[in-house]
Amino acid sequence: MSIFEKMFAIDRRWVYLTLGIAVIIALLIPFSIPLPISKEAQSIYDYVDRLAPGDVIHLAMDYDPSVMGELQPMTYAILKQCFDKDIKVVVSALHQFGPTLAANTIDSAVARHREKTGETKVNGVDYVYLGYKPYPILIILGMGQNYRIPFPRDYYGVPLDSLPMMATIRNYNDVKGVLNVSGTSATDYWINYAQGRYNVPLAIGVTGVMATEYYPYLQTNQIFGILGGLKGAAEYEILTDAQGPAVEGMRVQLVAHSIVILFIIIGNIGFFAIRRSKNKAL
Amino acid sequence: MKRQLPLLLIFAFGAFMVVQYFIPHEASEFFYEFVALDWPPIVGVFALSLGTISLVRVSIGKIQRREPNWGYTIVTLAGLVSILIAGLPWFGGKQSTMVEWEFNNVMLPVTASMFAILAFFIASAAYRAFRARSALATLLLVSAVIVMMRFFPLGPLTETTGAIADWILNVPNLAAKRAILIGVGLGIVSTALKIILGVERSYLGRD
Repeated sequence: MSIFEKMFAIDRRWVYLTLGIAVIIALLIPFSIPLPISKEAQSIYDYVDRLAPGDVIHLAMDYDPSVMGELQPMTYAILKQCFDKDIKVVVSALHQFGPTLAANTIDSAVARHREKTGETKVNGVDYVYLGYKPYPILIILGMGQNYRIPFPRDYYGVPLDSLPMMATIRNYNDVKGVLNVSGTSATDYWINYAQGRYNVPLAIGVTGVMATEYYPYLQTNQIFGILGGLKGAAEYEILTDAQGPAVEGMRVQLVAHSIVILFIIIGNIGFFAIRRSKNKAL
Repeated sequence: MKRQLPLLLIFAFGAFMVVQYFIPHEASEFFYEFVALDWPPIVGVFALSLGTISLVRVSIGKIQRREPNWGYTIVTLAGLVSILIAGLPWFGGKQSTMVEWEFNNVMLPVTASMFAILAFFIASAAYRAFRARSALATLLLVSAVIVMMRFFPLGPLTETTGAIADWILNVPNLAAKRAILIGVGLGIVSTALKIILGVERSYLGRD
């Protein structure tokens, strides 16, 4: 087997091994990469930044642990921005594996805020966690009528009517916008039913592979911003001065992409060399 | 009657939902809340029970017949039973420490690991698939490499690569996506109309 034939047909286990080693090295050796802020991320940041203290945002955390590597950092960054600016947050989790994850995320964000500022954000006063209910389309439509239809009680079993924060919140008309962080088709439902039917301003944070699907909605102003995958999360971490796992992860992603490109180049060199030698032989 | 009643119900509720959307009247909103928001979860609860019973029956049969990989079925049933028990009100309901433990120590690492493994498969698939065999394949290959390179610190070329990647995402990608979306949208409307008007009846089954 010639060198070119070997380049053309590298065993997949070598690809796995090279990628694994490269990722571990990238994790161990810190270096920074420039991350220009996209206008899609900037517009979300500016929108939240323009809100006044006491305004309400709905944060829809519709994802499960499989995509938390990409989506969790952007959720933390959004919560940090809201808590820092005293913006109240209504949180829902419309993925069946999401409610515990969302509860843990809120608790961590509250703990981080307390650690940094000494101020404790209180459930029912500064944020409300609604939890999970099945059939996302119906829940999204229901919340558009009245949050109390799908969620008469919050995640912790407290009636919504007894929560001080909910006293002035009936439906989407009472929130300044919805930020949907999702790894599922729930994003489509938010666009079609929350934005389409109730005209609530909507921005989305989705996984890298999903991001390209939603650019048409950005151009038609159905959504006012997109955080796409780890890059979007890293941009938001930078914007909110909360550099963490996403910025760190971009280093790893850069190395992983380099390895993929390297293997593509090697494969194509092998492919062209073999084709050339075959043509010569003819 | 067996076929006519479902057709009538589909027509009545389908037509109601279409008309209701354009009439923001109180009465219309009331019926909308009652029919569209309250009924489906009730139906869903029965469907969920049916699904759970079906899963248990199929799994038990598989174990009894010692079908290939029947051991995994025991794990499925064990997971189902353990999370059901952990979620019972006597153990603290959905916020019980047992549910949290199962989520944090089983569900979370397993699902996160499964997704992380995808990176290796994608790398291997990209190596084998992105070959410049034809003009179209070359176009795909070049586009993929440029989009992947948009994060690369390439000095003075960084901005140019980013701009080209943005153009690929915002122009050709968007044109194709928009065409697909409009096509899908029209398809949904026509299928919905066919179902509401009783032209499409395959959902009724054969008998």
